[in-house]
Amino acid sequence: MIIAERKPLEDIKQMIAQYKKILLVGCGTCVTVCWAGGEKEVGILASQLRLAFRRDGGELETLEATVERQCEKEMVEELKDKIQQVEAVLSLGCGAGVQTIADRFEETPVYPALNTKFVGMPEREGLWIENCGACGDCFLDRTGGICPIVRCAKGLLNGPCGGTNKGKCEVDPEKDCAWTLIYRRLEKQGRLDLMRKYYPPRNFQAVVRPGKIEAQRV
Amino acid sequence: MTTGVEFLPCIVAFCCVHSAYQAADAAGRMRIPYPENIIMVHIPCAGRVDTLHILRAFENGADGVVILACHEGACHHILGNIRAKERVERANALLREIGVDGRRVEMRTCAPNDGSRFARVCHELEEKIKELGPSPLRKHA
Ligand code: SF4
Ligand code: SF4
Repeated sequence: MIIAERKPLEDIKQMIAQYKKILLVGCGTCVTVCWAGGEKEVGILASQLRLAFRRDGGELETLEATVERQCEKEMVEELKDKIQQVEAVLSLGCGAGVQTIADRFEETPVYPALNTKFVGMPEREGLWIENCGACGDCFLDRTGGICPIVRCAKGLLNGPCGGTNKGKCEVDPEKDCAWTLIYRRLEKQGRLDLMRKYYPPRNFQAVVRPGKIEAQRV
Repeated sequence: MTTGVEFLPCIVAFCCVHSAYQAADAAGRMRIPYPENIIMVHIPCAGRVDTLHILRAFENGADGVVILACHEGACHHILGNIRAKERVERANALLREIGVDGRRVEMRTCAPNDGSRFARVCHELEEKIKELGPSPLRKHA
């Protein structure tokens, strides 16, 4: 899923400093799960902003809404009535959510309250780890299901490098060496022959920006 | 205070029904006085208190907020007081972000039969908030 985190409050305050009434919009999917932009975070941020404005001698009026998936046109449609009542929108969705609202309601400025960070998974409650860089040419078949593109600090295709140290990475000793993990996983599966293979540089044309995928109907 | 008018802080106390709420009753039965400006909110467990409840208390004019819960290890719902503690920390961080002294929110524990401790804690809180002065988040601060 997509992992995001709230921007520093100062940045958010600056973005909306000129407004008196805004709508905060959460998203009920990825950012709810990573505690960044669900209904709860919308409530907390709205309250915190009202207090912050009051602290500075001003006043902010807020409306709140959380849609199931902010990155779908049809789902942001329900915001219409509320958007008509405000000067601006503060989105707590990922970048795709912000843009979906901005595209649908072109006359209203839409601001991002979050920084969208990566595609990842929860490691434990409250901790999320990046595990896929959406590289467009998945390599996991050769690495026992562990991504070296983002989990190895150097993104090596032929690891480990000389710096691997007792299972930890030389770039950040707090982190596991992805290639040690890959070795162990392949060893368990009796597939260590894969470690002896050389993989040539990747085809970077596999990722064309902006990405576009058109699926065939089943 | 230079105004000559004594500052009477408004303190919202979220009181767990299994501990502090009973302790407040015990204090009453024992005729132990505690400050009248403590607004008690009866909650089924400290874990019921959300970060948002704390912020809303400040929006509505509180000068200080306290969660009064069971002693650690004695929570009727096992983890309620631990969760409440985390939320107090979170609320403190959110308040600090807007430039408000995080000491305005705290978590205290109390046994259900300990009326005198309840009263003592309330007096301590009142003293502390008096020292900090009125909340800068009050509507007409
Ligand atoms: S190789 Fe890594 S970054 Fe590329 S698609 Fe697979 S998991 Fe994602
Ligand atoms: S130590 Fe391991 S994870 Fe770190 S850069 Fe080298 S191969 Fe990659």
